Amino acid sequence: MGGHMSAIRLSNLDISYGDTKVVHGVNLDIAEGESFALVGESGSGKSTILRAIAGLAPDWTGGISVLGQARSHGVDRAVARQCQMVFQDPYGSLHPRKTIDATLSEPLAIHGVGNRGKRVEAMLKAVGLDQRFRFRFPHQLSGGQRQRVAIARALMLEPKVLLLDEPTSALDVSVQAEILNLLKRLRREQGLTFLLVTHNLPVVSFLCDRLAVMRHGRVVEVADVDLLRSGQLVEPYSRELLAATEGRAGVIA
Amino acid sequence: MAPMLEVKNLRVSFPTHRGRVEVVKGISFDLGRERLGIVGESGSGKSMTGRAILKLIRKPGLVTADRLAFEGVDILRQSEKQMRSIRGARISMVMQDPKFSLNPVMTVGEQIAEALVTHEKLPRREVNERILTMLEAVRINDPKRVAGLYPHEVSGGMGQRVMIAMMLIPGPELLIADEPTSALDVSVQAQVLDIIDDLVTTKGMGLILISHDLNLVSRYCDRILVMNSGTVVEECAAGELDSARHPYTRGLLAAMPTIDESRDELPVLDRSQWAGT
Ligand SMILES: Nc1ncnc2c1ncn2[C@@H]1O[C@H](COP(=O)(O)OP(=O)(O)O)[C@@H](O)[C@H]1O
Ligand SMILES: Nc1ncnc2c1ncn2[C@@H]1O[C@H](COP(=O)(O)OP(=O)(O)O)[C@@H](O)[C@H]1O
Ligand SMILES: [Mg+2]
Ligand SMILES: [Mg+2]
Repeated sequence: MGGHMSAIRLSNLDISYGDTKVVHGVNLDIAEGESFALVGESGSGKSTILRAIAGLAPDWTGGISVLGQARSHGVDRAVARQCQMVFQDPYGSLHPRKTIDATLSEPLAIHGVGNRGKRVEAMLKAVGLDQRFRFRFPHQLSGGQRQRVAIARALMLEPKVLLLDEPTSALDVSVQAEILNLLKRLRREQGLTFLLVTHNLPVVSFLCDRLAVMRHGRVVEVADVDLLRSGQLVEPYSRELLAATEGRAGVIA
Repeated sequence: MAPMLEVKNLRVSFPTHRGRVEVVKGISFDLGRERLGIVGESGSGKSMTGRAILKLIRKPGLVTADRLAFEGVDILRQSEKQMRSIRGARISMVMQDPKFSLNPVMTVGEQIAEALVTHEKLPRREVNERILTMLEAVRINDPKRVAGLYPHEVSGGMGQRVMIAMMLIPGPELLIADEPTSALDVSVQAQVLDIIDDLVTTKGMGLILISHDLNLVSRYCDRILVMNSGTVVEECAAGELDSARHPYTRGLLAAMPTIDESRDELPVLDRSQWAGT
């Protein structure tokens, strides 16, 4: 192993919806424990890549492996257990008529894991939610609390890899800060690997080690986050994204 | 000369099981031909403020003010019929998500035409010309083709530009933009805001830009009101936001990661400092 195992390896990955190919020839190698970002214009295929890894976009060719195991095209229980997804809109992704307790217990039941009550209790604590939320419904929680539940659900099976699709885009900056701190702490404590989709470059600076810039279904640049921090991305499109962010932050900085 | 918009002691309340609750608690500001930003977290009363100005708050919501006047016209005393001739024609509003604001069964061109002829009788030829000019002004390169498309056939960024075209074609004096780009991604956000900015500046309109994003309002506005639980906690020139003094504003600024971020943890707001949040 030598500590260099890939958490996610994508090789010559093409992904289609029906007759339309939307992701073209993507190669990425994300190390175990790494936090990696996908950024780029909307429609460039970022979410589609996460969906393919999670088994939600089955029409792909090339290779996807998770923790050294090649993923099949169908439902892949081994992958599901190791690799979980968190979506942008915690309202849409939580079942409105299930209590938080039911939502968090469900993955345990599906995978036949016992001691559920204790695990739910411990997980609520880990994501900073008071036990009194346990028997509430999603609409009785704030946006930030719902996103904590979504993260808790993803972590119930103790996965090694989290696929995060714009996890803080729907939140206010102060709530975003709480969730970003939470993700950073959980990654440290549980040795997680993150693959994070975001349009917010400062979030990448805070949470990630490397990033890939995507455009029109292709990766145009892969860079260390230090190059992002110092404004040294090289591809014209990456520089355009940087300029859009800097123009705005520059006023305040 | 009186300012274009005068707001004094504006209050908006709703009945709840605990009695009437104020969500806008007596805010005051004046607006000239300038760009005013209203910023604050969700639930702070920004949208209710914008909607109150257009008299769009429905019962059982209640709006009161010592003065709410647009170009000297007392908004609270206007009938619904009178308001219809102000809305769109003199004050326009762009909202967050074009998908919910555009009519799905009308083409883009038909909708822009409707926005125009509701307020002005014009020959068909001139309507068509104005539509194409307006679509060009919002930087749509092939306006003829786009005018024939339905809302589901255009991307989010283009849909929002179509909305802006609709809102600006009657030539309003004031534009209220409520989170106009929150549903779009960064690169498209900047394009859309640059277009709004350009039109507001060249036409000499007033702008109220409502957003939870401090960076964004500080870039596109001259002056900023910071709202927290229905009150304005701070007012400052956009260029001076970094020297804001109120702890709430300082807290929001500090909570945002920066592009050259090196903090291991982001400071979070201590909500116990401000009553009522
Ligand atoms: N379920 C789907 N069916 C058909 N096309 C889709 C579907 N989901 C996404 N697409 C298309 O695939 C492309 C990539 O989308 P997506 O991966 O969501 O982009 P991003 O996350 O980068 O914004 C877009 O052109 C989008 O319209
Ligand atoms: N119909 C309603 N009845 C009761 N409260 C409402 C109603 N509509 C909005 N509110 C409350 O008014 C407050 C201000 O809302 P709003 O102006 O939309 O906030 P924002 O700053 O996010 O735009 C919120 O706390 C919201 O819950
Ligand atoms: Mg996406
Ligand atoms: Mg609002």
